[in-house]
Amino acid sequence: MTQTIIVVGAGHAGGQAVATLRQKGFDGRIIMIGDEPYVPYERPPLSKAVLAGELEVERTFLKKDTWYPDKQIDFRANTQVTAIDRRAKTVTTSHGENLAYDKLLLATGTRVRKLQAPGAHLENIFYLRAIDDTLAIRKQMKPGAKVVIVGGGYIGLEVAAVAVKMGCDVTVLEGLDRVMSRVVAPEVSAFYDKVHTDAGVKIRTGMAVTGFEGHGKVERVTCADDSFFPADLVVIGVGVLPNVELAADGDLAVDNGIVVDEYCQTSDENVWAAGDCTNHPNALLGRRLRLESVQNAVDQAKTAANAMCGELKEYAEIPWFWSDQYDLKLQIVGLSEPGDEVVIRGNPAERKFSAIYLRHGKFVAINAINMIKDFMAAKKMIAAGTQLDPVRAADPEVPLKDL
Amino acid sequence: MAKILITNRDGEQSEIEGEIGISVMENLRDNDYELEAICGGQCSCATCHIYIDDAWLSKVGARNDEENELLEELDCVQPGSRLSCQIEFSEDLDGLTLTIAPDE
Ligand SMILES: Cc1cc2nc3c(=O)[nH]c(=O)nc-3n(C[C@H](O)[C@H](O)[C@H](O)COP(=O)(O)OP(=O)(O)OC[C@H]3O[C@@H](n4cnc5c(N)ncnc54)[C@H](O)[C@@H]3O)c2cc1C
Ligand code: FES
Repeated sequence: MTQTIIVVGAGHAGGQAVATLRQKGFDGRIIMIGDEPYVPYERPPLSKAVLAGELEVERTFLKKDTWYPDKQIDFRANTQVTAIDRRAKTVTTSHGENLAYDKLLLATGTRVRKLQAPGAHLENIFYLRAIDDTLAIRKQMKPGAKVVIVGGGYIGLEVAAVAVKMGCDVTVLEGLDRVMSRVVAPEVSAFYDKVHTDAGVKIRTGMAVTGFEGHGKVERVTCADDSFFPADLVVIGVGVLPNVELAADGDLAVDNGIVVDEYCQTSDENVWAAGDCTNHPNALLGRRLRLESVQNAVDQAKTAANAMCGELKEYAEIPWFWSDQYDLKLQIVGLSEPGDEVVIRGNPAERKFSAIYLRHGKFVAINAINMIKDFMAAKKMIAAGTQLDPVRAADPEVPLKDL
Repeated sequence: MAKILITNRDGEQSEIEGEIGISVMENLRDNDYELEAICGGQCSCATCHIYIDDAWLSKVGARNDEENELLEELDCVQPGSRLSCQIEFSEDLDGLTLTIAPDE
């Protein structure tokens, strides 16, 4: 009997998984079901080159649309999986079909967290998760347009960088006391704050957005301190939530993500999960976590696809991530925590420096800004659990790898 | 019509009809070679590393600065090392011969 693998979610992890399954020689049936109208694509350029109009949408596709039929992958776009019946080993789709599987992969990703505030339904208030969001935002980003961005995380700041370059009047409203506070040290936040300010973006921290006003279309954003900001369009980037309802309703273990083991297997031996939606263990980090990054989506998808083909290779990678804003290439390796010792290496004023994070003297994370060599060396050193001397690490003349 | 001749990580040789005007990385990815290309061509990840055959080195041109910095830190860098996302495929490169570098 030929086996059937069903992949739910046609995002980065789903797309990588089906490619790996065929590369591994799996010749059974593959059905990939995605609720978007597109073949799997890369999201990072959506807040960068695609938004700036420098990259056509088709070039974000992981594979051309003809690849799926060529590889006998039954790809169903615009289709949502609405239920899993683990006993019958079937999934139900929004078109009312019941499809049988032998093995199931959940690659459902995340969705944006919506701001519940008065006026949130007004026109020209956007979130950025999918191609269509980017195209809609781009259409409104005319020179002179007043753009208010809610949330000073990566996505908000990447959008700010593109918008100001396009001649928009850009304001970023961040609730906490500094931008990117979730992921970088205060020194790095201060640097990005200055870069954006110098470029003409108005950054307002400590701002709690209370609502939106306008006649049909948004006209202004109101804040808790009674201040308000005129807006032609608003882009909200205040985090994401894992899509776990399908798994939870199917009685799979869920805890801030679909709970999987080091081989991406869920609490059901015929069901795997990969990507942003998983809560997974990482032996190198010594803990469980949920991650939102392409590296994790790709590596977990491979792990799951390998495991489905009977090849068990444990997932344990040091997470890494990047963000492009202006001419700044920010590359992040590892996960820093409040309380880590921060060593600044190089000169922020020259737009070229790294923030190194040490925990009990151990190198645990880096934010490398236009410091490509540091990024590359850090990947290996952090995985190896290297101890660093903070004084020597601060000297950019000494190559990181020699420490 | 322009061809690319490829040796994969298992040492097997094959040939593809390259699409002009997109990067060599995109050509390899579209045709199922085991490149990860995690950053999607942003010159941020070095997971699209290839070795260009000596005969083609001068034709594909020189590495750019960022690419150079990424490559120099790899364990298996060679004189013919390039990041495939940094090479645009063109008619002039018909017959381009390359090897996919090991996964690091
Ligand atoms: C604007 C933006 C910029 C980013 N920039 C970076 C970056 O610079 N670097 C980086 O590493 N990461 C970045 N990321 C994050 C990265 O894109 C994600 O980590 C990655 O896409 C995760 O892949 P995934 O397959 O787990 O989820 P997704 O790519 O989100 O795919 C999940 C898919 O499943 C679909 N789906 C969900 N439920 C169902 C269902 N029941 N039935 C059918 N389909 C379903 C969803 O609609 C979606 O298409 C960015 C993300 C965004 C939005
Ligand atoms: S794809 Fe990342 S450097 Fe080429």
